[in-house]
Amino acid sequence: MYDVVIIGAGVTGCAIARELSRYKANICVLEKGDDVCSGTSKANSGVIHSGFDCKPGSLMAKLNVEGNKLMWKWAKDLDFPVKQNGALVVCTHEEDMPNLERLLDQGKKNGVEGVKILSREEVLEREPNLTDKTIAALWAPTGGVICPFKFTIAMAENANVNGTEFKLETEVEKVVKKDGHYLLETNKGPIETKCVINAAGVYADKFHNMVSEKKIHITARKGQYLLLDKELGGLFKASVFPVPGVMGKGVLTAPTIHGNLYVGPSADDVEDKEATYTTQEILSMLVEKAGESHLIKGRLPMNKVITSFSGLRPHEDNKEFIVQEVEDAEHFFDAAGIESPGLTSAPAIGVMMAEMVSEKYHFEKKDDFAETRKGFIEFDALSNEEKAALIKERPEYGSIVCRCEMVTEGQIIDAINRPLGATSMDGIKRRTRAGMGRCQAGFCTPRTMEILARELGKDMEDITKKGTGSNLLVGKPKHI
Amino acid sequence: MKSYDIVIVGGGPAGLAAAVSAKESGIDNILILERDKVLGGILNQCIHNGFGLHTFKEELTGPEYAARFMKQVFDLGIPYKLNTMVMDISEDKVVTAMNKEDGLFQIQAKAVILAMGCRERPRGALNIPGYRPAGIYSAGTAQRLINIEECMPGKEVVILGSGDIGLIMARRMTLEGAKVKAVAELMPYSGGLKRNIVQCLDDFDIPLKLSHTVVDIKGDKRVEGITIAEVGPDRKPIPGTEEHIPCDTLLLSVGLIPENELSNKMNVEIERVTNGPAVNESLETNIEGVFACGNVLHVHDLVDYVSEEAKTAGANAAKYVKGERNEGKAGSEIALVPTDGVRYTVPKVIRPECMEDKLTVRFRVGDVYKNSYVSVYFGDERVQHKKKVVIEPGQMEQVVLSKEQLLSNPELKSITVKIEKE
Repeated sequence: MYDVVIIGAGVTGCAIARELSRYKANICVLEKGDDVCSGTSKANSGVIHSGFDCKPGSLMAKLNVEGNKLMWKWAKDLDFPVKQNGALVVCTHEEDMPNLERLLDQGKKNGVEGVKILSREEVLEREPNLTDKTIAALWAPTGGVICPFKFTIAMAENANVNGTEFKLETEVEKVVKKDGHYLLETNKGPIETKCVINAAGVYADKFHNMVSEKKIHITARKGQYLLLDKELGGLFKASVFPVPGVMGKGVLTAPTIHGNLYVGPSADDVEDKEATYTTQEILSMLVEKAGESHLIKGRLPMNKVITSFSGLRPHEDNKEFIVQEVEDAEHFFDAAGIESPGLTSAPAIGVMMAEMVSEKYHFEKKDDFAETRKGFIEFDALSNEEKAALIKERPEYGSIVCRCEMVTEGQIIDAINRPLGATSMDGIKRRTRAGMGRCQAGFCTPRTMEILARELGKDMEDITKKGTGSNLLVGKPKHI
Repeated sequence: MKSYDIVIVGGGPAGLAAAVSAKESGIDNILILERDKVLGGILNQCIHNGFGLHTFKEELTGPEYAARFMKQVFDLGIPYKLNTMVMDISEDKVVTAMNKEDGLFQIQAKAVILAMGCRERPRGALNIPGYRPAGIYSAGTAQRLINIEECMPGKEVVILGSGDIGLIMARRMTLEGAKVKAVAELMPYSGGLKRNIVQCLDDFDIPLKLSHTVVDIKGDKRVEGITIAEVGPDRKPIPGTEEHIPCDTLLLSVGLIPENELSNKMNVEIERVTNGPAVNESLETNIEGVFACGNVLHVHDLVDYVSEEAKTAGANAAKYVKGERNEGKAGSEIALVPTDGVRYTVPKVIRPECMEDKLTVRFRVGDVYKNSYVSVYFGDERVQHKKKVVIEPGQMEQVVLSKEQLLSNPELKSITVKIEKE
């Protein structure tokens, strides 16, 4: 019997796992994907929100602002990439100015530091590639960008090193209330636990409603994105938002932490919670948005799009985070409705949940908790001297596998052999960026497969893109 | 820092031919840097025949064609490094590269020949919607998996794009036991060579669906099916024409892009149409002593032309190193202007004093032209007018200019190359 089982190894589940791993408790994270960070957490804007967008007084506002503050420390402790580039909400219509003022006011009420309105001249000086239609902009200096994969993986690794178990490709099918504890029926057999933490993203309502009469409802709100070549990453310094609407923060045009540019997300509610496909209609709309009608001076060269993707936000009907023990289901805790700014809020959600759970069960703190973690070696970011020294020590760092992102064999080997290491191509991609560049894995696929097979002691045919059922090969020539 | 007269980036067909030519022009201190574990580049995975008809007057496979040039490189004792990635080239030609044995190293080159080849255009550039499962490959990746790694990427295949690699792979997959259900092509004509359509599709009864594109990809884990649709003259899908094809694999052969990351970093001027460096008659870029040839310069249809072009680049780099080249007369530069269907020309400018007796100008057209003429104009005067039964985008075209003719027109500022109906 576990003390705590967390359902879902997304950013929320992993943040909670990391914070709970401070305590002497028997904790397990269940994840239906083949890797941590394989649902909503892997397909979003990768923005660290400053918190001006949330309704004052809401839990969302509180956790956003707290999460933002914690993020910079966690990035140091857990060694994952973040960058404080600031956020701009650009107003292009006079009638939207009151909305901009409202955001400023909201930001101040939420305790967002440094938030202010910049004049047209001030904002164009900062961002000369903004549209000439710019009237003014809200500036939030605490906004930032983050690698959502490395963030989630960092927390998972740290939790794992501190004793948290992770069971991957383990899908919870049923949650059964027992006498003072819970039985989780999974595809890998039953699991018993004293306490359940529901961090199941778009499925959080499903599990909640299995144990509670007070039903919640979560809608999968699809966001589609276009990702553009790094050539365009320098277009804007800050993350550039339009004035927000009813469905969310609107379509951004912003640099990623890795220097690509993206346009997105759209926002459409969908019935199917596995509907992570992109659609012609929305991709065309994004292409249109990226044009003159939007926030950019001139047009974006759409032949520089390298990929498109979509993610499903878990939108709760009241647009509020639910982080609490379920009223009519003792020992069952929700971390539900964690849509944007969920990524930013994750550290604060982790802290809040760990406090609630550890207090209730009187968990004792560990003496030997490893607070810090050494992250992945980012070969491309090293100086020539550092590169040379590293190759001398570890020659596998002298061999480039992904030539677009300059990822070496050494990085791929490390990604496989670290705690909770990669076992699939997407796992390698999220840890190293191999295959994320402008050729989109055209050149590196065969090499990466070879390395994965070798390091895992598998046949090439067993290598998958993202776990069971996603094999890249179908056999040997003439034998299929 | 070790120094070389000529450093050649890339040991594929362009790099090899350039090296041989430079050596034969009297330069000994040459180094070829190749990122793969063998020389020969993409030719190694092109195990079909049809290479070398122009160069060797016989039909060779890709590896055989590469071997001919590799043998010359070996016989001439030209040094090369394998598994070596060039990370950076500075404007003053300091080349930073690395491999497992030497680690990270820098060398000084007097001249550099860019011969990095090209890469395949990915799905994203076409905005193909749908899931992102296993089973979507660029045609060249599939070719490598089958011919080099000996693995089959799929059993039931749809191919988007009828460029040469797509056509070749339709046949290759079929020969290895897969079922190729259709080749869809966005344009109303194929982007590949006629002979490949006949030999790779027609001979195997594989349908070529012109004016079609992929509008959806089904399957979350592995491809389960593809939806194709007809496109109108605006190349947008026509609603109601969708056809679902169950399959486990989608191969993309939707264009090649010269790989000019290094060129960009060193501020080589890049042409918008070709995505390759802008070069003069010597195949020299805007940076003195930096030359380009092969698919990094513009995407070729036949490797024979790559070798021919690379030979020119190698000889000119040798001349540059030896200080033998003619600097040209200031103001004598002639611009080549592509128009009326001609999308680009390589080279872009000609200095008549610097050219050989004959200069081959290569270009591609933007549409299919039947019973038309390739014309060359010196100002308003038509100096060449050659009838062709078919001129198509998949095929590289050329005109030959003579030095004598250019020198006898000292006032000439531009030469126009165009397609004419009559």
